This record gives sequence, C-alpha cells and structure tokens, in this order.
Amino acid sequence: MASCPCHWTSGKINPHHLHNYPLCHTMIDLPHAILLQGERSSLDLSLPNGNAVDTSSPASSSSLLNRLQLDDDLDGETRDLFVTVDDPKKHVSTMETYITYRVSTKTTRTEFDLPEYSVRRRYQDFDWLRSKLEDSQPTHLIPPLPEKFVMKGVVDRFSEEFVETRRKALDKFLKRVADHPVLSFNEHFNVFLSAKDLNKRQGLALLSKMGESVKYVTGGYKLRARPIEFAAMGEYLDIFTQKLGTIDRIAQRIIKEQSEYLVELREYSPVYSSWASSEEELQEPLDGVAACMANCCSGLEELTEEMSEDFLPVLREYILYVESMKNVLKKRDQVQAEYETKLEAVAFREDRKTPVPTDVEKCQDRVECFNADLKADWDRWQNNKRQDFRQLLTGMADKNIQYYEKCLAAWESLIPLLQDKQEARADTN
Amino acid sequence: MMADTGSEDVAVIGNTDQTPSELQNNIKNTMVEKGGTLLKGLEISVAEAEKRTGKNAVSIQETYTVYLIETRAVDNVSEVANPTPDSLWRRYSEFEIFRNYLLVTYPFVVVPPLPEKRAEFVWHKLSADNMDPDFVERRRVGLENFLLRVASHPVLSNDKIFYSFLTQFFVLCLLFYSRLKALNATFRVKNPDKRFAEMKHYGDELQSVISQLLRVRARVADRLYGVYKVHGNYGRVFSEWSAIEKEMGDGLQSAGHHMDAYAASIDDILEEEEHYADQLKEYLFYTEALRAVCRKHELCQFELEMAAQDLISKKQQREELATGTVRTFSLKGMTSKLFGQETPEQRETKLKTLETQIEEGEEMVKERTAECDEFVKNAWEDIERFREQKDRDLKEALISYAIMQISMCKKGIQVWNNAKECFSKM
Repeated sequence: MASCPCHWTSGKINPHHLHNYPLCHTMIDLPHAILLQGERSSLDLSLPNGNAVDTSSPASSSSLLNRLQLDDDLDGETRDLFVTVDDPKKHVSTMETYITYRVSTKTTRTEFDLPEYSVRRRYQDFDWLRSKLEDSQPTHLIPPLPEKFVMKGVVDRFSEEFVETRRKALDKFLKRVADHPVLSFNEHFNVFLSAKDLNKRQGLALLSKMGESVKYVTGGYKLRARPIEFAAMGEYLDIFTQKLGTIDRIAQRIIKEQSEYLVELREYSPVYSSWASSEEELQEPLDGVAACMANCCSGLEELTEEMSEDFLPVLREYILYVESMKNVLKKRDQVQAEYETKLEAVAFREDRKTPVPTDVEKCQDRVECFNADLKADWDRWQNNKRQDFRQLLTGMADKNIQYYEKCLAAWESLIPLLQDKQEARADTN
Repeated sequence: MMADTGSEDVAVIGNTDQTPSELQNNIKNTMVEKGGTLLKGLEISVAEAEKRTGKNAVSIQETYTVYLIETRAVDNVSEVANPTPDSLWRRYSEFEIFRNYLLVTYPFVVVPPLPEKRAEFVWHKLSADNMDPDFVERRRVGLENFLLRVASHPVLSNDKIFYSFLTQFFVLCLLFYSRLKALNATFRVKNPDKRFAEMKHYGDELQSVISQLLRVRARVADRLYGVYKVHGNYGRVFSEWSAIEKEMGDGLQSAGHHMDAYAASIDDILEEEEHYADQLKEYLFYTEALRAVCRKHELCQFELEMAAQDLISKKQQREELATGTVRTFSLKGMTSKLFGQETPEQRETKLKTLETQIEEGEEMVKERTAECDEFVKNAWEDIERFREQKDRDLKEALISYAIMQISMCKKGIQVWNNAKECFSKM
C-alpha cells in the first residue's frame, strides 16, 4: 500500500496516528498490533512499505501510550498542548456588530513554530474550523459547537450571560479537539490557533495542497446489517439521547417551578416588615424574619441562574454531540455498504483468479480505518462523557448545597436574635 | 326585664343542678379572682374525635364530629393527676355557644378564639373538607388549646359554667342573641378613650397583616411542593439511564434514590409548617375578640354620653320653664307663644316632673360613669395581659418557625451531599 487512506498532511505517516490506530496499517499483523498497545519498550514499528516509523518526535511513543490509557484522567503532565478561550470583546463596525474571543495556546509541539500564541477569533471562525475538521477527518467524531443561530428578540446575543455561556462552550470545544490524539494534529486546527488573521482562503489553499481529498460517498449504498458492536453503539445512542432529553426537560421544569416559587417567596418580606412596623416587642424579630426571607430569595435566584447558565447548556451540548456521533455511525455504514456492494459486484465475476481490484481494496481499507477510528473515538468519548457528567451532576449537587447553606446561615443567625430577647424578658420578670 | 349581665340569654337545660337564680349569682360572683386558675387543679385535654350520625333539630340526618373532653383532678399536694379521667363528648357547635356565653358575660375580656369553622387559606393539597382527618385532627388540637387558654385566664377560669362545660353533660343553648348582636354594632362616640381607639386600629392592622401572611404562605406552599416533587422525576430517569451504563450505572442509580427521598420529604415539611399557620390563625381570630372589647367600650361610652346628653337637655328645659325664656326652638315653645302660656299650676307640675327626671338622670350618669370606669379598668387590664401573652406566643411561634426552616435546610444539604457522593462515584 502506497499511502494510508486516512490522509495526513506532509506526506509522512504520523506516528501518533499509527500508534493510535494500528489496524490502519497492520491489518495482516493483528497480533503485532495488539503487542503495540500492550508493550511500551522495544516496539518494532515499521510501515508496510518497510520504512521505519519516525519515533523521534517530542511526543514519544511512551507518553503517547500513556495518553491512550483510557482509564486515567488526562493530567497536565502528559499534555503538550494547552488551549484556552477567554476575554470576549464586542466589535462594532459599520457593517455589523460581533463578539471576538481570545484564543491562547501554549505548546511544545514541533508542528507549531512558536511555543505560544494569542489570537482573536469569532464564532464564524470556530464554525469554519469545525466544518474543516469534519471534511478532513470524516472518520472521527468532531466535538459540537454551541448553537449557531439565536432568535433575535428572544435572546440578547450581547448579554453577559449569553456571551459567557458561549465562551465556555467554545472553550470546551477547543479543549476537546486539543485533547484528541488525531484531531489535535490537524493542519486546520494549527492554522486556527496560530494565524494572526484567519484567512479562509488560506484554508482552501491548504486543502488543495494536501492532494486529493478522499470524499466519502454519502449515499446510494444500502447496508445490510450493522456489525454488532456498532449496532450496540447505535442503540446506546438512541436511548442515551432519549434520557438526555428527559433530563433536559426535567431541569427546565425545575427551573420554572423554582422561579414561580421565588415570585411567591418574595411576597413574604414586605408583609413581615409591615407587621414589624405596628409592633413594639416583636418589631426586631419580625424585621429579622423579613431580612431572612430576603436572603433566601437571593440564594434561590442565584441557584436558578446558575442552573440555567451552567447546567442546561452543557446538557444540550451533549445532545448535539450524540447527534454528531450518530451521523458518524451512518457515514461508517455508508462506507461499509459501498465496500460490500463493490465486493459483491466483483464476486459475481466468474474469473476468480483476477486479483481483487484496487478500488475494492481501497474500500476495504477505508472500512477498516473507519471502524478502528470510530472504536477508538467511541471509547475516548465514553470516558469523557463519564467525566463530563460526573462533573456536571456534582456541580448541580454543589449548587443546591450552596443554596441550602446560605438559607441555613440566614435562619441560624436569626435564632440568637429571637432568643436573647426571650431571656432578657425572663430576667426582668 | 333586661338585666345587665344578660343572664337570660343563656338557658341551661338537661341534667344540671343549677337553678336560674343560682346562675345569676354565679355570673355576678365570677369577678376577677387573681391567681389560682382552674388549670392548677385540673388537667384538661381534648383526647379524641369521632364521627357520629344523628338527626338534628329539624329531623334531618347529618354526619358530624364529636370531641372527647377529658379532665383529671390534680392532687394539690402531690401534684399527681388522678389516673382515671372524667370525660364527655361535645361537638364544635357546643363550643361555639359556650364561647358566645363568655363573650356576653365578660365583655371586658379578650376571649380566646376557637379554631376556624371552615378550612381557609388552604393550599392545594390540603382538603377544605370538614370531614378530612387532617382537618379534624388540627381542630381537635385547636379546641384543646381553647380550653387551656380559658382555664389559664385569671377571670374566665373561675366561671362555673366553664367547669360544668368540661365535666357535666348538659345541653347549652343560647337564646336571645340581642346582647351578642350588640357586641357587633359600632357606635359614634364623641370622646372615645384614645387607648381603645389605638387598640382597635392595632387589631385591624394585625388582622390585615396576618391574613396576608397566610395567603402568601398558601401560595408558597403550593409552589414549593411542585419544586420538590419534580425532582422525583430525576429518580426515574437516572434509574432508566443507569441501565445502559456500565461504570456509571451504580452511581446514577443510588443518586436517583436520593432524589426520590428528596421529593418525598416535602410532605412532612409542609405538615410541620401547618402548625405555624395554625398559631398565626389563632391570633388572627384573637383580633376579633380584641375588637369586640373595644366596641364594648364604645357602647359603654355611648350610653354614658347619651345619658349625659339627656341630662343636659332636661336641665335646659327646667331653666327655660323657670325663667320663661325659650333658648332653643321647640314646638311647645311655639305653641305656647301662639296659643298662650300655661297656667302656673301646669308649670308647677311640669317643673316637679323635670326635677325628678333630672335627679334620676344624674343618678344614671353617675352609674354609667362608674360602669364605664369599671369597664375601662378591667378591660385595659385584660388587654395588657393579652398583649404580653401575644408577644410571648408569637415570639415562640417565630422561633419554632425558624427552627423548622433550619431543619428543612439541613435535610436539603444532607440529601444533596448524598447525591453528590453518588455522582462522584460515577
């Protein structure tokens, strides 16, 4: 095989890719592939064409394999690329008003000319990056972006909350790409992070430089049956989407109920204050209760806001992620269908001695590449999902705990105020 | 034949050993006996409630609830109660009649209120039905509270009818509602006592503010119920989700259970809060008793002013007759001018009658002034007592409300901490 159909830039096979998805190049050497993953020393790496694999890159194979240990939490020590999105700023021009974000990069990778970068990007640029990644890495799961369109009039695109929610989502997006062993080496990603001015034409030029991009057939072939493991993935995603949708609805309902509860709760304070004004002995305690109620109200307001801003968007993001994943599964189906169809067509030929035509072989490669990429991405996705949800739900619990602690403090501070007076009275009697 | 104490308004029939005249005496004699309230010698409780069916006064079958009043004499020396109680059953309407008796007999007392006749300020879950067991239970507690309040009142506790109400079977009915009606009337008074006017105003404000509070509470309870219950849905969805997960499954499942517990906890919380609402309601109804006392003062004052006015006018008439001058326009004056004056004999008779009337009038004014002063003295004493009681009770109520809120917060923290632990194990 001359070149791996999983196209990489610069002509040389990326060792990271090789290590990650060994099946791509060593379909015959299956046991060798397994060995590759299990052992860190004396790796006998060679490309099918006989060339030795370049292992002199700074991200050595062992650190790479470290990163492949899917059970570990990715800690900073093994990372060599850090990306952050922050500092939103509003830009007003004659044509339009928009927000840009600062994208900061720190890296030790040789693929980058400098160790640090700081550029400004707008949502459009992120969108561009995502579609470029989808096109150039069709076998991989690309993380989702926050929603592109917002209904004008319903949501204020320039409100602090909206911008902050979007910033967090964009930050998440870039971090996920940066953590991906394949996507993070994508040329477009590099350009996105480093170029001062993201000239979209530049991107196009890059694309043409890469040589023919292999377009995956998106339609016309019918798949007979999904292999079990992918069918299981599909089933999982279907149920998972459902559950996420339910959780989203529940969370929204809770926020709604809490808001209505807040409206009624707010009525307490003024009534207690009014009562206090017509009392003597009871004035202080009643004013105390009024203040307490006000504190509880502000605590509740905080809780509702945070759930709206932090919890719901992340949940929705995952729903998009799942949709993305389903699409990748469908693409995989298509690739497999194409291969099977072509294979069948060939099988009908009487002349069995004719070697398998190259385009059928290419299809087979594609299928196996895709399957390998997808499986690896799936595992990684599952792991990330577990972490993300652990964080999300723990966060939800924390917010509620904070709310109750605030209320508790308010009420506890009232008790001595009430009881002192009681004792004082008892003393004078 | 309207005696001042209104004893004819109450008729006691059935098994009783009291004659009407004895009753009258008792009422006159149940004046303030400071200290030594009934409660010291008697343990009182409303122990149970039962449903009964029977034919009422107009022979219609009805279902009603009766409450068991139990009393135990406490030995004054050893302060131990007699183990076997005396008991009798009474229904709510009997309590009402008894309370009306107190209102009529002790107009200067802020009479403790009964628990509400119908469930008001309800939030959706609570039944407004009088037969609802929760309502009956709260009413039982309210009735007991009422009896205890009466028994610990320096004046009311000495009432003999009260003792009979607790211990002897008799049917109490209230005839002649006239006095009762009078308590509800308002009178225009020229020189009201400032303190009573202020008290009445305070009573109005307190009623308004407590009503508002109770209404807000009902709406808040409704909403809070919704918030907690919706969390129960998390329980179900986490459980379903855990079925498709491997490592996350256990954590999710257990967290779901905690969400269920959270949702269930609201029932107890709101039930406890009901107690606070009941305490507020008691004082809401107390404001009516307070206003009744203020109105009675107005009535006294009004009657005094009427008597004084009458006296002045009689004195004026005497003067006119004596001097022959007509100061004010009167038909008699006009007719005498037109048709000639009266004979000296006629004038003499008239003067004599007037003198007698003036004497009686002066007596009346003296009496009424004394009554008013007496009333003001007694009423103000009881109002002071009430004010102190109110401050004490409401402060206690606020403290227990705060404690309840604290307990609710602590429960919330615990549940979410439990859930958090489960999430962190996912």
